[in-house]
Amino acid sequence: MNFVLIFLITIFSLSLFFYGRSKTKSISIEKNIKLKALPKFYGYYLVLWCSIPALVFLLVWSLFEPIIIKTIIIETAANQGAIFDDKNEANLIYEKIKAIHLGTYFGDIDSILKESALSYAKFINLFTNSKVVLIFGIIISSVIYALNKIKNNNKARDDVERILKGLLFVSSLIAILTTLGIIFSLLFESIKFFSVINVFDYLFGTNWSPQRAFVRDASSITAEEYEDLKDAFGFIPLIAGTSFIAFIAMLVAVPVGLFSGIYMAEYASSKVRKFSKPIIEILAGIPTVVYGFFAALTVGPFFRQFGESLGLTVSSESALAAGLIMGIMIIPYVSSLSDDVINSVPQSLRDGSYAVGATKSETIKQVVIPAALPGIIGSVLLAVSRAIGETMIVVMAAGLAANLTINPLESTTTITTQIVMILVGDQEFDSPKTQSAFALGLTLFIATLILNYIAQRAVKKYREKYD
Amino acid sequence: MTKEERLKKRHKAEKRFRFYGVVSILVALLFVLILVQNIFSKGSSAFKKTVINVEIFFDQELLEIKNGASENEIIEADFYDVAIESLIKAYPTKNLKEENQLLKLFSGDAEFEIKQAFLDNNNLIGKKINLNITASDDIDQLHKGNYPRDLPEDRRRISDFQLVIYDFLVENDKIGKNFNNYFFKNGDSRDPELAGIGGALVGSFYSILICLLLAFPVAVLASIYLEEFAPKNKITDFIEININNLAAVPSIVYGLLALQILLATIQLPRSTPLVAGITLALMTLPRIIIPCRASLKAVPPSIREGALAVGASKFQSVFHHVVPLALPGTLSGTIIGLAQALGETAPLILIGMVAFVVDIPSSPVDPSSSLPVQVYLWSESAERGFVEKTSATIMMLLSFLIVMNFLAVYLRQKFEKRWN
Repeated sequence: MNFVLIFLITIFSLSLFFYGRSKTKSISIEKNIKLKALPKFYGYYLVLWCSIPALVFLLVWSLFEPIIIKTIIIETAANQGAIFDDKNEANLIYEKIKAIHLGTYFGDIDSILKESALSYAKFINLFTNSKVVLIFGIIISSVIYALNKIKNNNKARDDVERILKGLLFVSSLIAILTTLGIIFSLLFESIKFFSVINVFDYLFGTNWSPQRAFVRDASSITAEEYEDLKDAFGFIPLIAGTSFIAFIAMLVAVPVGLFSGIYMAEYASSKVRKFSKPIIEILAGIPTVVYGFFAALTVGPFFRQFGESLGLTVSSESALAAGLIMGIMIIPYVSSLSDDVINSVPQSLRDGSYAVGATKSETIKQVVIPAALPGIIGSVLLAVSRAIGETMIVVMAAGLAANLTINPLESTTTITTQIVMILVGDQEFDSPKTQSAFALGLTLFIATLILNYIAQRAVKKYREKYD
Repeated sequence: MTKEERLKKRHKAEKRFRFYGVVSILVALLFVLILVQNIFSKGSSAFKKTVINVEIFFDQELLEIKNGASENEIIEADFYDVAIESLIKAYPTKNLKEENQLLKLFSGDAEFEIKQAFLDNNNLIGKKINLNITASDDIDQLHKGNYPRDLPEDRRRISDFQLVIYDFLVENDKIGKNFNNYFFKNGDSRDPELAGIGGALVGSFYSILICLLLAFPVAVLASIYLEEFAPKNKITDFIEININNLAAVPSIVYGLLALQILLATIQLPRSTPLVAGITLALMTLPRIIIPCRASLKAVPPSIREGALAVGASKFQSVFHHVVPLALPGTLSGTIIGLAQALGETAPLILIGMVAFVVDIPSSPVDPSSSLPVQVYLWSESAERGFVEKTSATIMMLLSFLIVMNFLAVYLRQKFEKRWN
């Protein structure tokens, strides 16, 4: 139905374009008046008025129609005597009603379901009919409005441009909408979570085992049960594991990335640079699931065997393997950013250093790097925020059990791993376990936001210093 | 320490410092090589499959269909007995146990391969033909040399008797390798020899297509607005801050967003390329806007001024002159953004694309998998055969990424104008 409507709107718009163009042309010739815009702009004007209101209406309608129909149907079913205890059962009944309507349901059909299916069909029909009628109403009224304007020889180009500019503005608003969407969706579940679990028990608890809260009705938790629950959602082991793996990653990425950045910026001939820079940047372009596969199937087992030959017990999901591979993934972030930063240190500083007899490396160590330090720190912070938000490597190569340790050979878990573990497969909403994933997401979001803010400030300040 | 000694020391330090830089770059390059080599050596064998040549006898009594039966009758017919009777003749067995072990050398789809051969040829009833039947995963891995045969029997998935049959087949030249059509044609399967990336390919294609259709126009329009029309005010600043922050938000957070808004609130169907495409579009949007703005910014003001000077409106100067000039950069930024989206896994896992989907999706609202998610799913499987399948999937994924990146570079170098 929607496709037919969109098709019809397109056809109308196209024909209105040609109508508007030729009509204004002929009017200007007949009455010998000068048009205030080229004839085609009158066509565009009609097209915009014909299509935009109708399409916006169609979009909004399609978003809300299923939700409204669902509420109505579930209510009528309840009035007719259908019994359901919670939202899930209501959803199930709704799906059944829908399936009966489509003729794809093969279970037992009782009278309530049958009645509801009939009223479902009735409502669908009603909604579709009113949708079509309303859309045509909108098209007709907006086109009449536009035609009137055209007759009065309006400044069609300015009007068209004003509408289009509005369209451009709306598209740029999508970035704000996305941010709002993220904040809303994270907060919505997190607030529910924190209404059950105390924020301080979450932030400072030292034990993370959400599976303990598997089947429990969040709305009616007794004090005893809470004593048990609050111990299940301790954030400390997760942030410890996350920072630990990120720290190992930075141990790899910072020296390698920084030295390659320095070499590229200060030593490498343009030939070497042209060849090696893109290859290092390949590391950033490889999907992280590939690194995860490599870490889990090659590096992890290799470390374990190697450790065994030295008489060490190494977990095959060791923090070391995950951290090492993550570090390699991050090298290009550090190297290309620090390359840029070093390049923007003014040549006069270097020349001054050479003039007093310093060698190149002394100049770099004692003049260039101190001058570029804020920018370098900024790029390292950006890399850290990458590392703590990285998911696939740790999901595949790090452990699943929360484990407070500083032994890199043992397995630890991270925030992102836990989010995936909690949400993969079937979730039951309204359980503190599912909601805890959103609380973790919120924590992660805030942490990366702060890191990015500081990093961007540092880089920006640094840039301003030498601009 | 004399002056000369000190100088020597300083020059040595200079050389050392330089050496560290070279080593760092070499470490990074070496890792790229190791990774690629590792994936290729594991994955290249997945493009071939092991087949066993068997003589099939289409016995009319077992088939229970007449000569000249219609196609539908053949599709309905049961080829199980024909398959069993023919397959057990591949090697002389003594008892039922041995027969069972022999049958386990063949893939579970042997029956359907035989039916297909029957459908492809006319008039096979009562006749014998030689067919290449796909071998089971264990034999496949053994034949490709991925499976150690010198382990004690209880630690192998292949029994000693099956090894004897295998050696017999090799000796009589009855076993060989064919192109693995299943890998490209089939959806996911629990049996590695039948599992393919067909479903994941289609799923990825739909997701990326939807991502492109949503993200590209919005990103271009938004960057035109911000670069050309936006007044310097608080709203514009706020939008810019938002875009920069969104580009740095971890991808898994977009998964949570999709879960809450697209699945729980708007109730779009789970596990579908439609939801994946919208999620990826939201994620890619800021990553496309940033290069788009850069390429708009690179167009010199003289172009705009020239257009305005001959009487074009602001809109005309932008859409007739600036945008076409910025298009190559815009397109290459979009392609690179899409390449990132193609390799993105975490948000897709959260929206349920990890579901086990056998069928190949026929529309964007069918449940499906995608290439990176398939990599994740198979890497969690225990069977030896899935390791090579995973690596081969990675090879496919990487080759798509390489093609996209080359296209982006090509577009930029071929069509972009340099202004100074």
